[in-house]
Amino acid sequence: MRTSLIVFAKEVIDNFRDRRTLASALIMGPLFGPMLFAFVINLSIERSLDDIDRSLEVPVIGQEHAPNLMEYLRSHNIDIVAGPENREAAIQAVTVGDHDVVVIVPGTFGEQFAEATPARVELISDQANTQAERDARRVRSALHSYSQEVAGMRLVARGVSPAVLRPVNVDEVDVSTPSGRSAILLGMMSYFFIFALLMGGMYLAIDTTAGERERGSLEPLLSLPVTRDQLMLGKIAATCVFMAVSLLLSLCSFYFALKFMPLAQLGMTPNFGPPVIAATFLLLLPFILLGASLMTLVASFTKSYKEAQTWLSVVLVAPTLPILIVSILTLRPQLEFMFIPSLSQHLILVGMIKNEPVNLLHVAISVSSTLAIGAVLTWICARLYRREGLLG
Amino acid sequence: MISVSGIHKSFGKVRAVRGVSFEAPDGKITGLLGPNGAGKSTTLRVLYTVLRPDEGNATIDGCDVVTDSLAARRRIGALPHGAGLYPHLTARENIAYYAKLCGLDKDAMDERVESLIDLLEIGDFADRRTKGFSQGQRTKVAIARSLVHSPQNVILDEPSNGLDVMATRSLRDLILKLKDAGRCVLFSSHVMQEVAALCDDIVIIANGKVAIDDSADGIRNRTGCDDLEDAFVKAIEMVGPA
Repeated sequence: MRTSLIVFAKEVIDNFRDRRTLASALIMGPLFGPMLFAFVINLSIERSLDDIDRSLEVPVIGQEHAPNLMEYLRSHNIDIVAGPENREAAIQAVTVGDHDVVVIVPGTFGEQFAEATPARVELISDQANTQAERDARRVRSALHSYSQEVAGMRLVARGVSPAVLRPVNVDEVDVSTPSGRSAILLGMMSYFFIFALLMGGMYLAIDTTAGERERGSLEPLLSLPVTRDQLMLGKIAATCVFMAVSLLLSLCSFYFALKFMPLAQLGMTPNFGPPVIAATFLLLLPFILLGASLMTLVASFTKSYKEAQTWLSVVLVAPTLPILIVSILTLRPQLEFMFIPSLSQHLILVGMIKNEPVNLLHVAISVSSTLAIGAVLTWICARLYRREGLLG
Repeated sequence: MISVSGIHKSFGKVRAVRGVSFEAPDGKITGLLGPNGAGKSTTLRVLYTVLRPDEGNATIDGCDVVTDSLAARRRIGALPHGAGLYPHLTARENIAYYAKLCGLDKDAMDERVESLIDLLEIGDFADRRTKGFSQGQRTKVAIARSLVHSPQNVILDEPSNGLDVMATRSLRDLILKLKDAGRCVLFSSHVMQEVAALCDDIVIIANGKVAIDDSADGIRNRTGCDDLEDAFVKAIEMVGPA
């Protein structure tokens, strides 16, 4: 125990002085995730906010035939501009993408409107172009509501209630809570935490195995009157501490990053306050042991620092696999999933962000199965450390 | 006192050591001499317990290196071939780390580290990080590190490799000091002159076997060569190919 503590203290100091380890543990892992995340979310939020607020320029051919309609569109934040010369030019312009949408009001519009026969308006758009189609949809719905409004007024003028136009009234009830809507987007947060956590320990895991061997400092260490198990435990403990610090920083940086994101404007209020941060940290603690022993195990099989780096980057990606599969299949949390490390933590974390009640049985299974796998891997590491082949 | 009896060690198909036996008594310097790839390092690695022999056994002050390896390691200070330091730690911290691992308490450790820094003349660079140290500086720190627990037996694998004249000379002084203190010193080398100048006993190894085990004069007599280098070559020829 004393030996492990000495090794632990030395590894912490040694690696704390190593810029590469520090950069990956304290900067890369914790900041990379939130920054990427903030960037992506801000971009998508700004875009969707834009769409509602931005005034839309729509070229209209024959605006003089329907001044009231033009007035109505302008009041719906649609700017009317002069359109192409004729219908052919308009179709051409939409086809090549010069305009997203063009409206044509034929000369017969006024006449038909006055006679109360359906007045024809043409809307030219490319429905295969999603971006353009968003604008077309706005124009279409504005035209539709103008039509509804006029119909209502005509019915009132004839002494009929406009309600006859709506035999069925559909009321939609959305059960998703603001926290729940957040979960879809914020579900990927859990991977960033796991990534940061693994990044934090990656260079230690390499340094304490392949690195120590490559440097030639392993052999003198093993010739000291201490047991190899104690050495290995001290090294894994140091790796765990760096991982925990990295995770904690990552949680904090996410907390602040979320504050700067206009999530409320999208109707999302992620449940990610200090209590959830603390719970997430505790939930991921067992995963630290697993990650540390897994990385140490993989690194101790490799012959050199470089080779260890290559293999460990595979380990960095591995925890995404179960998360990815379950996300694609949109599976609900089930008891069996809680036996799978990384997936169980992801599902529980998503539940917490959604502000759902935490299933304590799920937490218990997640914690104990992750710990058990971590313990087995640590034991295998200890076995490997006793091998002669360790020296390469 | 180190005693080796009939050890064999193979790596896959390569039979590195094929029945090596010798003794290295206390208060004497024993040199393990042989060409590159003769099995010197493998023999020494068995002695400082990082390798297990396939056959035969070896004891350090009576402690078996396989069955009682922890006790054996307590009695050995080992300098492996090409031993590396921790580049982010200072020379002093490198030595202190080993002292702590050997169980020295704070006061004893400080005293011991200080005396080793004096003994090996490390003082000038003791508080610098070892990154960028010269080969001589590195070897000095690595030797100091291996002596922290005042081991009765000192095993040095090619300690003079890459050292300049001054560094080699101070290494020689150190080895003589250890001998005067009654320690058992066992070191390997492929340089005949170095071994002849220092050693009380010379064990010449070739192709994994002991070619001859005697004093420098004894080797001259038995090979009938006055020149030690000729004697060395002749002794190796006596073993024959692997």
